[in-house]
Amino acid sequence: MCGIVGLFLKKDDLRPRLGDLLTDMLITMTDRGPDSAGIAIYGDAADGLKMTIQSATPDEHFDGLEETLTALLRAPVRMRVIDTHAVLTLPEGSEAEVRAFMAEKGIRVMGVGDSMEIFKEVGLPKDVAARFGIRQMAGSHGIGHTRMATESAVTTLGAHPFSTDENQCLVHNGSLSNHNRMRRELARKGFAPQTENDTEVAACYISSRLAEGANLGEALDGTLQDLDGFFTFVVGTKNGFGVVRDPIACKPAVMAETEDYVAFGSEYRAFAGLPGIETARVWEPEPATVYFWER
Amino acid sequence: MQTIDMASTELRELNSTLQAQSKKTDDAEWVIENTRGAHALAVGLDAPIKVTVKGSTGYYCAGMNKQADVHVTGSVGPGVAENMISGSVIVEGDASQYAGATGHGGLLVIKGNASSRCGISMKGIDIVVHGNVGHMSAFMAQSGNLVILGDAGDALGDSLYEARLFVRGKVKSLGADCIEKEMRPEHLEFLADILKRAGADAKPEEFKRYGSARKLYNFNVDHADEY
Repeated sequence: MCGIVGLFLKKDDLRPRLGDLLTDMLITMTDRGPDSAGIAIYGDAADGLKMTIQSATPDEHFDGLEETLTALLRAPVRMRVIDTHAVLTLPEGSEAEVRAFMAEKGIRVMGVGDSMEIFKEVGLPKDVAARFGIRQMAGSHGIGHTRMATESAVTTLGAHPFSTDENQCLVHNGSLSNHNRMRRELARKGFAPQTENDTEVAACYISSRLAEGANLGEALDGTLQDLDGFFTFVVGTKNGFGVVRDPIACKPAVMAETEDYVAFGSEYRAFAGLPGIETARVWEPEPATVYFWER
Repeated sequence: MQTIDMASTELRELNSTLQAQSKKTDDAEWVIENTRGAHALAVGLDAPIKVTVKGSTGYYCAGMNKQADVHVTGSVGPGVAENMISGSVIVEGDASQYAGATGHGGLLVIKGNASSRCGISMKGIDIVVHGNVGHMSAFMAQSGNLVILGDAGDALGDSLYEARLFVRGKVKSLGADCIEKEMRPEHLEFLADILKRAGADAKPEEFKRYGSARKLYNFNVDHADEY
């Protein structure tokens, strides 16, 4: 199964409530995916580069990390620790050096961007949301996922969203059947998936297409030609939010739009608490059709 | 009229209350409020009662209906009125996948659009969709009638048996063994009646009829090489 939620605000009024609204949407989708949960939230742009990292032993790994990185980069680094995750604010241009440092220490990089932060863990969506304080987070748009694993193990890294390039993330309901071949092709292009998970292959595919110059709509359209299997994808970029379903479209999807927001849910239940949902335009996205919004 | 508020009622309590109406008909009208997209609302009914579901629902609303008239004021999730035997289910909004699947009888009316696989394996139900239907609608449909005022998606009526399909708009493509057929007086008469019952503003003459070419009923020895 799996559950997907997404919320893209068209106006700034609801920004302070983004995390709160997304948390309720995510918890409603618990019975579609109780294994693990994750959320990507596009908040305020940092003064530098934001990197979300994760550790199985945060006490050990995060202790003194801010000072170590500041010394390593000879520039101020800020760190905000949130449970097993931490959000670093790094000087521009330091990504490669910091990634190498994290790889050596065994700290996982969840995502990089100037506004995106990613939090995901094994456990019930309500517990995951509470651990990271998602409810208190503000932002312009965000996507979330509740996972019922089918293709790879229930681990933190197997949880969604997957981020495979700056400010990009993807969540998926379904299963891909040609991910091993795609994995090899993407590795040749420099977008090698880091896990055994099929969804990460789709994230890498979209990142590779965007890197080649495609816009979000074109990249999503490409999934219909190049990826085989069942999928409903919801994708976030710095300014955008996109949705695509495979041509068979057996994975459920529903969308709602008002003057204030565009929302995505695996089921209508996820929308029940949204402001103005009673008068929203609610529809089921068509199969093999790309939808995307950019601000 | 009785009102059930789902904010303070468990789903099982709602359904068992409605299902218990089969033995008494004093409470003939029910309103269900605060549905918030819940699954399996008003299922397994077997009494001549009227149930109004206010708002939108999730999976399997009004499944296995017998005798009851269920009216949903919002949209419905996958599998509305699945395996209906008799009675009616009317949806003011849209319906998701496989609306009216396997239905044996009764009338299902979708006033908005229905998505993929509408009427899949239908066995006698009548379905009227005021808007469009998605791909693979009436797949393996055995009997009954699917009336579509809008357009039909890909592979309409694939592997069809004896169900009759009527479409006013465009058909994107017909499925295997589904062909257009002549519209005879009895079909126009049937349409006039069902359109009226479904509150649909359309003329029978505007529709085309589709049905089974009956070529898949028996194995064709000329195709032996293809297996």
